[in-house]
Amino acid sequence: MVDRDASSDPVRQSMPAAAAVRAKVEEIYRTESRRVFATLIRLLGDFDLAEEGLHDAFRAALEQWPEQGVPANPRAWLVSTGRFKAVDTLRRRARFDFVEDLDDRPHPAGDESADEGSPGDSVEDDRLRLIFTCCHPTLPTEARTALTLREVCGLTTEEIARAFLTAPPTVAQRIVRAKARIRDARLRYEVPERAELPARLDSVLRVIYLVFNEGYSASAGDSLTRADLSGEAIRLGRLLVELLPEPEAIGLLALMLIQESRRAARTTPAGDLVLLDAQDRSRWLHELIAEGTALVERALLAGPAGPYALQAAIAAVHAEAPVAGATDWAQIVGLYDLLLQREPSPVVELNRGVAIAMRDGPAAGLAVIDTILNRGELADYHLAHAARADLCRRLGRHAEARVAYTRALALTRQATERRFLERRLAELAA
Amino acid sequence: MKYLCLICAEKVMEQMPRPDADKHFEEYREFTDAVRKSGHYLGCNRLLPPDAASTVRVRDGRISVTDGPWVETKEQLGGYYLIEARDLNEAIQVAARIPGARFGCVEVRPVAEDAQTLQALGFDTQEAAA
Repeated sequence: MVDRDASSDPVRQSMPAAAAVRAKVEEIYRTESRRVFATLIRLLGDFDLAEEGLHDAFRAALEQWPEQGVPANPRAWLVSTGRFKAVDTLRRRARFDFVEDLDDRPHPAGDESADEGSPGDSVEDDRLRLIFTCCHPTLPTEARTALTLREVCGLTTEEIARAFLTAPPTVAQRIVRAKARIRDARLRYEVPERAELPARLDSVLRVIYLVFNEGYSASAGDSLTRADLSGEAIRLGRLLVELLPEPEAIGLLALMLIQESRRAARTTPAGDLVLLDAQDRSRWLHELIAEGTALVERALLAGPAGPYALQAAIAAVHAEAPVAGATDWAQIVGLYDLLLQREPSPVVELNRGVAIAMRDGPAAGLAVIDTILNRGELADYHLAHAARADLCRRLGRHAEARVAYTRALALTRQATERRFLERRLAELAA
Repeated sequence: MKYLCLICAEKVMEQMPRPDADKHFEEYREFTDAVRKSGHYLGCNRLLPPDAASTVRVRDGRISVTDGPWVETKEQLGGYYLIEARDLNEAIQVAARIPGARFGCVEVRPVAEDAQTLQALGFDTQEAAA
């Protein structure tokens, strides 16, 4: 039933020279397609039209390059071909009364000086424009992540759905709606002005960190694809630092790299969770730690430390200790104090409480945690109860520990964390 | 990946006034030409109206045939496109341009390409990848 129209596919017919060109086109697709796409959106003023233009440009490359040779500047060729094809498509559709939904679109740039092929700033700016648009604060959070992964990273809808344990039609709908929103709200395709930058950048960083954490909490689903998601977030982080080396972008990349360095050590082969103090530190990836630590220093030197840089600094202090017992807890408490000033949150307070327990003993830490819980905050946060349970256990207050572990267990759905808490409960009973 | 786009509408060509049907055919010619050129096209067909349908069942080794489609809904299956697309969103984008989408609706269904299906249907993996 699958009768692909072979006559329209000349490349398939003339192997093997064509095979070499096809391989070259595929390579260029991997390295350049997202750049070409980002520029086409600017030139055409529309995501869908740009996607069609991109598709048509690569199709044309497959047809023409075997005969004409690969152009000297493939990216420029693809951009101008993609734009030409898209404009042609628009004209053709206009003839067939498809115009209703095209009227609102900005007219595809007649501005020939829009100079698609020139290397350097403008092209890289297009990638930044794409990132900022996909992470626009007016889009729902889930749509931002889906759109960023598809349009910036080039993942397919199905891959995103698998990674987020969602049905593909749900993800597809989010993407379609987000694009409609971008069009209807006429969101400008631009890198925000300096004054607007911190808030807009924050939205971008949140998306990247969310993608990273989704892949890092290897708790449910196919852990392999989830790890890929963290890799994708790190790639995005690197791209952002390359395009816009703001201290917080650097801080986030550092934080992700240092966390990623522990991936292999944080679960047993059976998939059980291993806490930081019990991890085999020889299994940490020291190359990532070195890179992350250097980035932390760069971020901290660049000005007043932001929340990501501070979290990265805390991760770096942990990473520096050759054994858990050698951790500089005083420095970690100090960094949490700074983090609390910058970004007051009960979760940060909780982590500070745990650090204080390590510096000053479990009773001091428990006092901090109980203060938070007594305020009525974090009552449904399983890690608060798990931390309380752990400190009670260390203080020999086993009955209280049991209650807190049971509460934590009732609140967590993550399989690895559940097994960990169940183990602790069993140890208490023994 | 392959997707089947099922076109459903309240009226099929035979039930439209002649000039409307002519215009609609022309739109389909244009669309089909475009998806052939873009490389999305794998196959398509238009179906005769549901009153031409026979529904076949075999129960206890006996064939039974009834007139008409197996479901009675206002919208009837009028035709399909089998397309190749990078992912579901690209398939949706193509499906949105099927002329029938503006009158009825188009159901986009991914084609199962798991190993067991491919083997059962006699497609080797090579063919499926192509």
